[in-house]
Amino acid sequence: MTKRIDETFKNLDGKAAFVAYMMGGDPDRAISMELLNAMPDAGVDIIELGIPFTDPMADGPVIEDAGIRARKSGTTLSSVLDMAKEFRTNNNTTPIIVMGYCNPIHQMGYEAFAANAKNSGVDGAIIVDLPPEEDTELRAAFDVHDLALIRLATPTTDEARLPKVVKGTKGFVYYVSMTGVTGAAMSKPGAIKDQVAKVRAASGLPVVVGFGVKTPERAKEIAVDADGVVVGTAIVKAMHEDGVEGALDLIRSLADAAHSLGKSGF
Amino acid sequence: MGKQANVNLPDENGRFGSFGGRYVAETLMPPILELEKAYAEAKADPAFQKDLKYFLNDYVGRPSPLYFAERLSEHAGGAKIYFKREELNHTGAHKVNNCMGQILLARRMGKTRIIAETGAGQHGVATATVAARFGLKCIVYMGAVDIVRQKPNVFRMRLLGAEVRSVESGTATLKDAMNEALRDWVTNVGDTFYCIGTVAGPHPYPAMVRDFQKIIGEETKSQILEKEGRLPDAIVACIGGGSNAMGIFHPFIEDQNVRLIGVEAAGHGIGTGLHAASLTGGKPGVLHGNRTYLLQDEHGQINDAHSISAGLDYPGIGPEHAYLHDIGRAEYVSATDDEALEAFQLCARLEGILPALESSHALPATLKLAKEIGPGGVIVLNVSGRGDKDIFTIAEALDENISAGTDG
Repeated sequence: MTKRIDETFKNLDGKAAFVAYMMGGDPDRAISMELLNAMPDAGVDIIELGIPFTDPMADGPVIEDAGIRARKSGTTLSSVLDMAKEFRTNNNTTPIIVMGYCNPIHQMGYEAFAANAKNSGVDGAIIVDLPPEEDTELRAAFDVHDLALIRLATPTTDEARLPKVVKGTKGFVYYVSMTGVTGAAMSKPGAIKDQVAKVRAASGLPVVVGFGVKTPERAKEIAVDADGVVVGTAIVKAMHEDGVEGALDLIRSLADAAHSLGKSGF
Repeated sequence: MGKQANVNLPDENGRFGSFGGRYVAETLMPPILELEKAYAEAKADPAFQKDLKYFLNDYVGRPSPLYFAERLSEHAGGAKIYFKREELNHTGAHKVNNCMGQILLARRMGKTRIIAETGAGQHGVATATVAARFGLKCIVYMGAVDIVRQKPNVFRMRLLGAEVRSVESGTATLKDAMNEALRDWVTNVGDTFYCIGTVAGPHPYPAMVRDFQKIIGEETKSQILEKEGRLPDAIVACIGGGSNAMGIFHPFIEDQNVRLIGVEAAGHGIGTGLHAASLTGGKPGVLHGNRTYLLQDEHGQINDAHSISAGLDYPGIGPEHAYLHDIGRAEYVSATDDEALEAFQLCARLEGILPALESSHALPATLKLAKEIGPGGVIVLNVSGRGDKDIFTIAEALDENISAGTDG
């Protein structure tokens, strides 16, 4: 439901949202479910739930390896949607955005995917390799089911292209703060303020910023200018190395940093 | 003989029917739109075409001969078999036709860093060669498995000044090399030109690579008319991504009486599941920027491809082949590892030509077809590359030790 996303930003009352990514089914369903269920209490405002894919072209090695572990334990697009469904039995407020690549969705069928996602209590999706030029069919299905197809804007998205990228988008816009794959070297402080403002003006939606955010310090810097901070690779890494508790410790520190500043906005 | 195909595809969205398109991360959309525009301008610029022609003639050695394979034809006992001898090009395969085109374009666009993926190493060698000729930095991504089975080409690339980066992820073959090249491109979009080696990837690559390769078919057409006074009954070519096949097919698409036959790699056999035949054993999906036939499971995860030939070891196929397949204009068959190996040896002994393992896959279908069509018929086989690079793989398959004095 796009409403769940809109309410989330509204209830933050000017604070930046903390958006956390985790790979569905890493290392298996039970452990992954434990992390998913614990995220809201640890301070996560919006959950990005990863769908593993054999060929994750926009991801670095940390998320690629997480996807390999997830697939080994039998995770599929359907089982990730099923995790969302289980999560919804205890939580009806935290938005879940599923994130992955086009082929598993293409294989399920765009309409079937939208219907299943809706049924599972999913609120939206980020499909990395489905740019505006190719997402007409999925967007129509999402509109029918009131789901948000979240678009990505990047440093290479120039002003001429930006209106096309944000057109028809709902929920929020994800600004990728650097050119590169997930988990690459930390992005530089500053530099995002103008970009975020441009994307916000063009879309009329909250703008969350991700890629290259690894520490509470950096999360806090981002929170000054953006409506939300996304952390993925660092959480996936902590989960792999230190288990659910380790990941939750990191999540708490990142969430506190992201929430520490009040600001005007959505 | 199949339905009327539209030769003016792709459309403005990069579509060949329902195949093709631009399925890339947003970061790459602006650069591929820039590439599309730059290519359209270059294509229409006589100065660019003149440069390309000069280098293809004097550097690559075009036109390549069309050779009557007399002894092989006698052996087959039917139609005359001609070889389009792309293996005689500089660097030993058809790949260089495309590299010359793309790197001239990269120079025109002011790009200083060339990246490429390679399977058998032929595209990597061709890219490294042309990059050396123009003094451009060159990085080639190659699967760790392929680095082992294609040592001579790895060394050749290094001699040419390229950096060969080993890709360990996934199956450590061609598709993973392509993933890694895409990751490099998304990180270094400003100065980097991605030289894709086949008729796949996001628009405009399938069309652009086809355009640079269709000189093969154009030459074949005028050569066969000169030698036989007519068009061939059939053209046969091996298919991995499908660039040599599309290059020789395309100028004949509107000649409805010319059968176009693509041969995919059947590996251990289609029935075993260990193969690389995307059209014969796959279904439509989205990978590496385009919608096409892919080897995949019911959940949309990509299956590993299997072929003795590193250049055919890819789970997808160019979108224009998917289109020609679906409308029935081209026929697609397959050959196993064993059939290709046997045909390789036959060709070596009867014609004194070592075809690449890739090209060897097209031989069994050619021999069968020659017999079927019978005397008076004419078939052209695209010998897309030479087999010198494959001798270590072949020795291993034949259980012979030729490692003395080398590290192979």
